[in-house]
Amino acid sequence: MKNDNLIPHLFRTEYRKIVSVLCRKFGLEQFEVAEDIASETFLVAMHSWGIEGVPPNPAGWLYEVAKNKAKNHLHRNAIFNEKVAPVLADNTAEYDSEIDLSPGHIADSQLRMMFAICDPAIAAESQIALSLRILCGFGIGEIADAFGTTKEVINKRLTRAKEKLRSQKLSFEMPDSVILSERLDPVLLTIYLLFNEGYYSQSQHKTLRRDMCFDAMRLCLMLIENTLTNQPKVNALLALMCFHASRFDARLSGSGELVLYEEQDTSSWNSDLISKGMHFLNQAKSGSQLSRYHLEAGIAFWHTQREGTPAKWEQILHLYNHLLQINYSPVAALNRTYALFKAKGAQKAIAEAEKLDIEPDYFYFLLLGELYSTIDAAKSVHYLQEAFKLARTDAEKRAVKKKLVV
Amino acid sequence: MDEYLILMRLDLLTKEAQPSPEQMQGFMEMYNNWVGDIAARNRFVGGKGLSTEGKVLKPGGIVTDGPFVEIKESLAGFIMVKAESLEDATAMAAACPILYGEGNSVEVRMISSVHEK
Repeated sequence: MKNDNLIPHLFRTEYRKIVSVLCRKFGLEQFEVAEDIASETFLVAMHSWGIEGVPPNPAGWLYEVAKNKAKNHLHRNAIFNEKVAPVLADNTAEYDSEIDLSPGHIADSQLRMMFAICDPAIAAESQIALSLRILCGFGIGEIADAFGTTKEVINKRLTRAKEKLRSQKLSFEMPDSVILSERLDPVLLTIYLLFNEGYYSQSQHKTLRRDMCFDAMRLCLMLIENTLTNQPKVNALLALMCFHASRFDARLSGSGELVLYEEQDTSSWNSDLISKGMHFLNQAKSGSQLSRYHLEAGIAFWHTQREGTPAKWEQILHLYNHLLQINYSPVAALNRTYALFKAKGAQKAIAEAEKLDIEPDYFYFLLLGELYSTIDAAKSVHYLQEAFKLARTDAEKRAVKKKLVV
Repeated sequence: MDEYLILMRLDLLTKEAQPSPEQMQGFMEMYNNWVGDIAARNRFVGGKGLSTEGKVLKPGGIVTDGPFVEIKESLAGFIMVKAESLEDATAMAAACPILYGEGNSVEVRMISSVHEK
């Protein structure tokens, strides 16, 4: 990996780990100090690696620098407390400047941070935005995309949430079981969005994307390993991510371009991840709760079955019917219409597609082009051309072109 | 957009009118796809199926096993939808697969007030 790629990559994967561990050490109200130290660490890396070359263990190098900076900060604080504020009696903890950046401690700190941010003192809509910002290193634009809103809205949410972080003394302890289950949903959603960002982002940086996906899976696995959070929906989410991740290599070409599902080389689907997904999906069956993750995992399971039998599409349709009842999204509505086409034919699917409450975009026209392909070639071409006009990336343009040629 | 209640009534009493398990499976699939059509348009608000057991209460402390005391058509389930108008809601209800059954009926009512929780 070239140096100019390496630092952005490490920023996306390591920044949040450093911030989490430091927040745990300093307290959440000092998260800005933690962010400063983490940012300074990367600044040092940029200067130093440019001159001296990249060290053999770049992440470890970053941890060392962050550790020293944190120690200096604590030391300065200790001097301040000792000399300037001697009235403060119980500042012994400040002297303990050991910073633990072992993998277990990092992952545990990230989880605690997620649960801390999901404190009801912070508005629900801000919790996930803040998690994505601090923990996942998302840019404002990426968060806005994830929520389907504008950057201004996200900035406002973040500002309010950060004020709360500063003013409230939010605990960094793992909460008890009642609080834990109340905060579990936003935590799961954060993990899922982190995974999606790695899986679906337009970035051609394959290693970075894979790291984000596997980080999300690791966080979810930690919730499963904790008896308090080992709930069916958590297992369902991990199953979902395993099924998706099983196609990670097949859906990206060597140069990082998207390979369409029908054109993927099934032999590069990861059967180990598929069987892990089945295991977690089975674990998710206990209890009576049917979460969106159960339904999405079910759909993802069927997509690991290559043969497009009618039974497969009936099942997928059935699962989308349920998913839309509990968690409507335009993407799910479009996918459901495609499943309806595969299960019930073009006429029925076209009738429903035209009733959808969707702002016509690239995906909508691509779907209509597909639906008409078997019954009205001229209309199909017309819709595909509409899709082409609205395509935002080269990959999207190529996908339409391929269909237009055939 | 207003909310509408779609009430589904079935003949749960006449023995001959009851579907076989295979038919039942077919009906359930059609029902599921009908609700899916509505949900895909982001018009589904909520809904439940009802058990065939119940009680009917009347003034004077009269309680009988229900739900099908006097009429053949018993309430079998309901869904709530969002719709532009009564006509719009009626168009959604018209596709309800329960209407394939002789003697069944579907009723559409606008929800005019909500009991706050």
